[in-house]
Amino acid sequence: MHRRQFIQHAGLLTASSLVAVGGHGWFARTNAQTANPKRLIVIFLRGAADGLNVVVPYREAAYYENRPKIAIPQPGKTGGALDLDGQFGLHPALTDLMPLWNAKKLAFVPACGLPNATRSHFDAQDYMESGTPGTKSTQEGWMNRLLASLNTGRNPIQAINVGNTTPRILTGKMPVATLASGRAADNPLPIDRPQVAAAFDRLYDRNDELGQAYKESRAARQALMSDLATEMKAANNGAQSANGFVRDAQRLAKIMVRDNRVQLAFLAIGGWDTHVNQGASQGQFARNLQQLGKGLIALQQGLGAGFNDTTILVMSEFGRTVKENGNGGTDHGHGNVMWAVGGKVRGGIYGNWRGLAANQLYQGRDVPVTTDFRDVVSSVLARHIGLTDSKLNQVFPNYTLKQTVNLV
Amino acid sequence: MKLRSRAWVLTVVLWVGMSVPVDSATPANPKVVHVLNRLSLGMRPGDIQKVEAMGIDRYIQQQLSPESMPETPALTKQLAQLNTLSMSPVALAQQFRPVGQGQVKQAQQKPNQQFARTTMQQAVEARLLRATESDRQLQESMVDFWFNHFNVFSGKGLTRVWVGAYEQKAIRPNTMGRFRDLLEATARHPAMLFYLDNWQNTDPKSPGARGRFQGLNENYARELLELHTLGVDGGYTQQDVIALAKILTGWGFRRTVQPVAQATDNDNGFYFDAKRHDFSDKVFLGRTIKGSGIAEVEQAFDILAKHPATARRISYKLAQYFVADQPPKALVDKMAQRFTATDGNIREVLSTLFRSAEFMDSKHYNAKFKTPYQYVVSAYRATGSEVSSPVVVQNVLQQLGMPLFGCQTPDGYKNTQAAWLNPDGMTRRLSFATTFSKLPSQSVNAVQLAQTVGDRFSTQTQQAIASSPPQLRTAIILGSPEFMRR
Repeated sequence: MHRRQFIQHAGLLTASSLVAVGGHGWFARTNAQTANPKRLIVIFLRGAADGLNVVVPYREAAYYENRPKIAIPQPGKTGGALDLDGQFGLHPALTDLMPLWNAKKLAFVPACGLPNATRSHFDAQDYMESGTPGTKSTQEGWMNRLLASLNTGRNPIQAINVGNTTPRILTGKMPVATLASGRAADNPLPIDRPQVAAAFDRLYDRNDELGQAYKESRAARQALMSDLATEMKAANNGAQSANGFVRDAQRLAKIMVRDNRVQLAFLAIGGWDTHVNQGASQGQFARNLQQLGKGLIALQQGLGAGFNDTTILVMSEFGRTVKENGNGGTDHGHGNVMWAVGGKVRGGIYGNWRGLAANQLYQGRDVPVTTDFRDVVSSVLARHIGLTDSKLNQVFPNYTLKQTVNLV
Repeated sequence: MKLRSRAWVLTVVLWVGMSVPVDSATPANPKVVHVLNRLSLGMRPGDIQKVEAMGIDRYIQQQLSPESMPETPALTKQLAQLNTLSMSPVALAQQFRPVGQGQVKQAQQKPNQQFARTTMQQAVEARLLRATESDRQLQESMVDFWFNHFNVFSGKGLTRVWVGAYEQKAIRPNTMGRFRDLLEATARHPAMLFYLDNWQNTDPKSPGARGRFQGLNENYARELLELHTLGVDGGYTQQDVIALAKILTGWGFRRTVQPVAQATDNDNGFYFDAKRHDFSDKVFLGRTIKGSGIAEVEQAFDILAKHPATARRISYKLAQYFVADQPPKALVDKMAQRFTATDGNIREVLSTLFRSAEFMDSKHYNAKFKTPYQYVVSAYRATGSEVSSPVVVQNVLQQLGMPLFGCQTPDGYKNTQAAWLNPDGMTRRLSFATTFSKLPSQSVNAVQLAQTVGDRFSTQTQQAIASSPPQLRTAIILGSPEFMRR
């Protein structure tokens, strides 16, 4: 007997189960969501962004003394900072964000970060994503634990990662959907072809763990692809074209608007490790900031009314040295500025700024950390998402809030 | 689609009428399939017949003695072309970032990124070539196991140019030897020294404490206890971590070849800087270790390698890798006893494992969910494909969340279902299976593929294969639940 015929022969034995999977009834059950979910988007600046040149303490002589080449001039001067509160100024490449600042929907927490002394990108990112500084063996990222603590069941597109691999922050037991970054995101996968999908639907029409994972993967993929199809049509109708981060932000916003099931999202941008030729008002750092600013605006505009129920946090593993180095750049430092943008954000400068006097610096060289990053995140989770204390304890285990940062 | 299914059902109804015994397609001996699935990184065409002919016991014995199986000339030749594999860590570091002479400071030397890329690519290629081509399959499984146990991450600075050398020199020669040797080899390799910061670990009161060598760094000492030996519940305290960190002070690596080597230097560039060492007496796990320099660590490693918690932890992890996510306690106990009785002889512990009733228990057949690495390698092996582009495979592994040498955290990649079964992973595995089965270089015959892997599919999988268009059947087999598991 020929092999192929044997397969067919054997296949007949349970031919009655040969019904195509349709409608994903399983998924529909977990689909109950409120009309306007409270959303959180985390943007991670990988490589340690120079916070001192984002929110500039332009009144301090020490700032200009330490940074002869790369300082941002005072407001009013050529290439000067954009005044925020009479003490701090915003990097001029972020001019797009000034309307949000003026509308009090943009907040900064300078001197924020990890309690650890590490200046290793790798360790610091790891700690900021696991949410357990000092403990490396933590399995999940804090956003995955957050997903679990939302108690809405396994919703395969409740959290979206923009990128190719699931980052540490979203790793864990809860399912996470992936939206490929850049133009590759438009490329259909083989599994999107109806014939291929139908074949695998038959293969995984089972209720075991693999069957469940398969059905969740199909549901997430179908939702994203259908949301994207609409988005691409819109983009083709003469909407602005954008690259890189701005484009990712636009597509994410479109998906969130179309799909109330999406509640959490994560994006990462690299290129902040400016040891050499960082630039000042212009240059590589300024170009990166400009893209970031435009991306944030793309999220705000794309989300439309949904912006009111969204908080966007921007963080980076640590800050950079107060003093510029011999190569027109900065080296690894400690405290950094955390940003918050959103409809319910109460704009302003938060935290505890001690100035740049040498005796105030961490180990005599860096901005200290006066606000643990978990205090900011926890406050947002409590006040924006509505997490209880015991749930917060799941997200940041063994952590007691040091201070409440009421920026939402 | 439904119409086609009906037509297909009709066709098959005709076949049912003439029930014919199935000859060549008889499912393989499940024991043989199980042993191959667990000891190897997947069956290649003909493997099952080979093991059926030689017998399971002999196959296990042979795999436990990889040195008795010469590598094929073809593989040897391919590996010989990877020139950075045989370079010493000192030479690798020097070529990556030359240490300047005289006035030129090291930081001003631009790192040679192209060289770093080449080194990394060659490390990936060497691993994949061996995993897919070598007959020493248990050796390859053990390299996978131990690399993750003593993980280093290529994304952290200099480690990138050293991961290949680390696998080559610290891991490979010691996979089935004494655990104590493995501990020593990984501890002194620059890749580990750099990755877990032990090269900076310095007694703050020592004459050598300055610059970046400011003080005690507990990073390696902690992971050595928590991950490499005793385990987090192994009964050590923070005081033990500090004592071990002090014992480990003064360790470093060379970036240039020394005209006169010290007695403590080794071929990998390790050296001991007595000026940075803490010479005080230490109390470590209840025992006093006299301050004496580099010799202190030998006592500490002896204590750790002989500790019952280490025997248990290594046995548990091996049983988890080879038997079940929650390994049977009786088996772990048996292995731990063997570990202790043989002074940590890994080959003996493995022999106990593979010859145990628990390992052969049919409830474990096809029950371990493959890691992405095992999945992709097994697809290459099952289809008899060559890894013609390591970069492509590394990209696939990247998408599946398990790039080679890309695990950031010192605990290494997990091998459990809980770690790897998730929706996005399914999408990507199935997309890989579909794309892979369509590559022009893969003239994979679905019938042959099914036989290669033992043809032990559930009825539902058989149906799904049979009801799919012929050009999709290879993809369905590679994407089947049976092939996702081992």
